[in-house]
Amino acid sequence: MTQSFEPVIIGFTCNWCSYRAADLAGTARIKYPPNVRLIRLMCSGRLDPTFVFKALANGADGVMITGCHPGECHYIEQNYKALRRFQLMRRTLQGFGIDPARIRLVWASAAEGARFASEVASFVEEVRALGPLNWGKNGSVPARAAEAAMEKEEVPA
Amino acid sequence: MTAKPKFAMYWAASCGGCEIAVLNIHEKILDVDANFDVVFWPVAMDAKYKDVEAMEDGSILLTLFNGGIRNDENEHIAKLLRKKSKILVAFGSCANEGCIPGLANLSNSHEIVETAFNTISTDNPNKVYPMASYSMPEGEIHIPTILPVLKTLDQVVDVDYYMPGCPPESHQIEAVVDLVVKVLQGKAQLPPKGSVIGAGNSTVCDECQRARNVKTIKSFERIWGVAPDPALCLLEQGIPCNGPATRSGCNARCPTAGAQCIGCYGPAEGVVDYGARLVSAFASVIDAKEPEEIDAILDGLVDPTGQFYRFNLAGSLLRAAAPAWKAESTHEKEKA
Repeated sequence: MTQSFEPVIIGFTCNWCSYRAADLAGTARIKYPPNVRLIRLMCSGRLDPTFVFKALANGADGVMITGCHPGECHYIEQNYKALRRFQLMRRTLQGFGIDPARIRLVWASAAEGARFASEVASFVEEVRALGPLNWGKNGSVPARAAEAAMEKEEVPA
Repeated sequence: MTAKPKFAMYWAASCGGCEIAVLNIHEKILDVDANFDVVFWPVAMDAKYKDVEAMEDGSILLTLFNGGIRNDENEHIAKLLRKKSKILVAFGSCANEGCIPGLANLSNSHEIVETAFNTISTDNPNKVYPMASYSMPEGEIHIPTILPVLKTLDQVVDVDYYMPGCPPESHQIEAVVDLVVKVLQGKAQLPPKGSVIGAGNSTVCDECQRARNVKTIKSFERIWGVAPDPALCLLEQGIPCNGPATRSGCNARCPTAGAQCIGCYGPAEGVVDYGARLVSAFASVIDAKEPEEIDAILDGLVDPTGQFYRFNLAGSLLRAAAPAWKAESTHEKEKA
């Protein structure tokens, strides 16, 4: 791929550990690539796979999901749910011909700013090596139903 | 007779099941005939495209469009009928979300043609392939050309109402016919544009009579490998049932009969991406915390992409797999 390709990474962090790890990386002035756009969720268990698919469909080259270490979730065990969703998402994306390496799950505690930064750096390099995703860029418009449904309130299954 | 409002029905990439579902409303079909002048309905009567082209814009009151947009003919007729119709309804799963024909979006068009004309199940010793155009002594003749990515109706034209189902249940079609007749008589109002009609607003689980407890499973089963408990939730028994993400409206027909819901009514109200909702639902019931154990359980789910997007692939956020998008990009470049 071209030398100038800068991957766009969407990062979902949890409020209690991994967002604070990112915060710590900032206050400790640890350098990491600016390719990641972080979105804070209350918990990695809040991560709806829709977020990941929507990110990839709309121009992201990779998605990073971060949460508290197993056994340390602020909401007891929702990070295990995130883990299971992550593993099932990888399999589903493979069916679409998307390399599962484009999504990564990272556990980081509030004290692990350095670890967070190094995970971002290695993920950016991995996605850079995979090249741009450019999902359906030609002639594609976001699905109408999907867009309209985003506006509506969710109905619990 | 000319005072009657006009009605049209068309099939694009579909199986014809939607037309049968319409006929399955029995005597109610006479109400359609009594209240409408059927001007175009290829499966039921002879009509030519040029007759439709000659009609005044907006002169057809109601058009039920079933089928996805698979080739340039489908696209042409979709645009034509949009122009000629006041109310355009995406009728059935194909027009709404691609349905089974939409699964072809997992492959590129070359592979699709190969599968149809050059596999062991096809008797084609001379390798005869369809050609988009052919020169005859009388002149050049054409057949429609396949598009690289199958589209849903609303990815091509503006749609007024959505009526899901593969096919829509007859009692739902009856209810819609009744409503339309009432509107014509001035006794009822049309729902707001963009509404989903002829279906429920909740999930199949909501209509399902099976008992639900806290769901946790240690393995996925295939429906032919087990004798499911007739009273217990199928997903709780490890059978991959798509009920949690699927729109209600069918009275939970399949789970009631002992088969898992496969999702023919499409995404439930508020579900953005049908497959993503199922990823969420299935991952939540797995009773494991170690990555290896989770993977072993997930191995029981043989084809997750097919399981989650059997009906909804073309209407999903990702819409098609990489090979189809690659073909689309080549197609766009050739057009330009």
